[in-house]
Amino acid sequence: MRVTGTLDPAERRGITLVTGVIGSDTHIVGNRILSMALEEAGYAIVALGALTPADEFVKAAIETAADGIMVSSLYGQGELDCRGFRDLCVEAGLDDILLYVGGNLVVGKTPWEVAEKRFLDMGFDRAFPPGTRTREVVEALDRDFAAHARGGRTPDS
Amino acid sequence: MSGDARAALLIDFGSTYTKLRAVDLERAEIVGAGQGPSTVATDVAVGMEAALADLETRIGGLPDFAHRLATSSAAGGLRMVTVGLVKELTAEAARIAALGAGARLVGAYAYRLTAGDVAEIEALDPDILLLAGGTDGGNDEVIRHNAGRLAACGIVCPVVVAGNREATDGISERLASAGKTAVPAGNVMPEFNVLDIEPARAAIRRIFIDRIVHAKGIDRAAEAFDAVLMPTPEAVMEGARLLADGAGGRDGLGPLLVVDIGGATTDVHSVATGEPTVEGAIQRGLPEPYVKRTVEGDLGMRHNALSIVEAAGPDALARDAGLSGDRLREIVAAVAGDVERLPRTDEERAVDRALARAATRIAVGRHAGRTETVYTAMGPAIAQHGKDLTGLAAVVGTGGALVHDGDPAGILAEARADPDDPESLRPRAPRLYLDREYLLYACGLLATVEPEAALTLGLSHMHPVAGEERRNVRSRVAG
Ligand code: B12
Repeated sequence: MRVTGTLDPAERRGITLVTGVIGSDTHIVGNRILSMALEEAGYAIVALGALTPADEFVKAAIETAADGIMVSSLYGQGELDCRGFRDLCVEAGLDDILLYVGGNLVVGKTPWEVAEKRFLDMGFDRAFPPGTRTREVVEALDRDFAAHARGGRTPDS
Repeated sequence: MSGDARAALLIDFGSTYTKLRAVDLERAEIVGAGQGPSTVATDVAVGMEAALADLETRIGGLPDFAHRLATSSAAGGLRMVTVGLVKELTAEAARIAALGAGARLVGAYAYRLTAGDVAEIEALDPDILLLAGGTDGGNDEVIRHNAGRLAACGIVCPVVVAGNREATDGISERLASAGKTAVPAGNVMPEFNVLDIEPARAAIRRIFIDRIVHAKGIDRAAEAFDAVLMPTPEAVMEGARLLADGAGGRDGLGPLLVVDIGGATTDVHSVATGEPTVEGAIQRGLPEPYVKRTVEGDLGMRHNALSIVEAAGPDALARDAGLSGDRLREIVAAVAGDVERLPRTDEERAVDRALARAATRIAVGRHAGRTETVYTAMGPAIAQHGKDLTGLAAVVGTGGALVHDGDPAGILAEARADPDDPESLRPRAPRLYLDREYLLYACGLLATVEPEAALTLGLSHMHPVAGEERRNVRSRVAG
């Protein structure tokens, strides 16, 4: 049984992640860097780019049988854009898809913990603060997918 | 024509007429036309004989044709049903592939087929069903489910399997063991947002040639032709491609639009990349095929005259025709019931022209892409959906409504961009051409064997029509 929670690139290869910048947000740089880093780590990436409406993430995930969705929001309206995201997934039959959100989710002087809780309450599995390194994201994904696998869910089910 | 010149015979088995065009290949000139009834129900050979006799009297003797090629839209055309997964993704890719193969789409389905959907498909009784769903390596569960439903149902038509490749073999076997004909093809969307419709198109065309031509009884006239190569709309599309792109080192007209106003539908074909020309516009949605065909099932000069009135608005249409609303309705009702009717009176001509103008405007409006302004804190950002056709060089019109009208330019001008609707990406300043001799299908057919002659023929027979200014009445017509 796996104890470290890290996957090797071969194990990541069977895992598909959808990435994109949600809403009317055009900040593409961080999302590109993240997508490339995840691809390099071995994950299969479906990159939707900037200006992506919430339903397009879900539709892409259905068609590609994705295992996770990585939502970026930078411009300060993430909370509005992401509202109901988990419901949209459940509605489309993607009940146990992994949902991450990151970028610049804090508006004004809100402490990170408060912002984080808002996104977790919306049904995201994890929310990431500004300045998150791609290495940290890969580690979190590995841990979550390894846990999933131990929980009996096969990646291609 | 002189006895020893090489000649080609291009045949269109249409829904009501079998039409012939004889072409002198050396001079790339049309030498004659002939026509006979398309009596597919009884015997298509009879109509073909009549058409040949007609041609013979017109040109005084039939040459020994080097090619005798045919298209067909007879017996209802190539009736297809498509099935995909997500409506905007693989289901849309399947639709694009079927339309691109010249099909008449009679049903399009997405997600899991229900028992009700399957009953509908059985009742539609299509000629071919195109089954897609999932990217390669993506979802395979829904396409397997749908294949299971189709295997268990009563349809007898061939099924082109063009979805997630991991599921293709299993699905083909399953359909075959249920007694259905399964034809595997490449995935219409192998990767997310990547269209690959050529393999599915090729499979559809093969089935059309190998089976549908026989099933529709067209091979009863087999003596008179070498091959029925494709459905008529696909030949028109191939003609459009040739005219735009040129052949054998000779330039064509450049990126163009073809508007084909028919009795039942209005078809629009664009040959253009459609990439954004608006500064900073970001393309959204599926990538667009270079040669794209859309079919407006509610815009037809006869079968669907009433729905043109509905789509354009009865008041606006009556104004455009210069008639009262009541008089317009009377005339439209009369022509709608009489499919072969040519306009007889000035009033009928005015109504036909107004119908054709509305059909052109609405069909091209739906075919062309649109920009949408997304307001952000930074200011506006522009998203483009569909093809940007603003820079197109030419609009070519074909179909009886244009040929029989005294002012085809007045109809075709409706394809142009409307200053009142700047978000619609229609051609701004195209030259307008009329396919007066109904040759586009013939060019498409001939292009398969002698593309250079086909190009010369096409270029010399697309007649420029005076592109008059948009009329004032135009802006009053709602669309
Ligand atoms: C460059 C930039 C722009 C450029 C964007 C160019 C482009 N097309 O990409 C332009 C000038 C267009 C722009 C416009 C705007 N910007 Co600006 N912009 C920036 C800036 C300076 C850098 C962003 C960047 O590229 N960072 C570098 C990348 C590598 O980092 P990153 O995006 O954070 O991504 C990393 C991580 O966050 C993480 N990550 C990202 N996504 C995800 C997702 C998941 C799931 C995970 C796990 C991790 C993760 O991984 C990445 C790699 O490490 C930031 C300030 C800053 N220093 O961050 C402001 C900033 C993001 N912009 C801001 C604002 C307000 C705007 C505007 C609304 C208006 C304005 N005042 O300019 C507009 C919005 C336009 C729009 N509709 O989107 C604010 C947002 C405030 C907020 N969130 O509360 C910021 C923070 C500046 C500020 N302090 O005010 N901007």
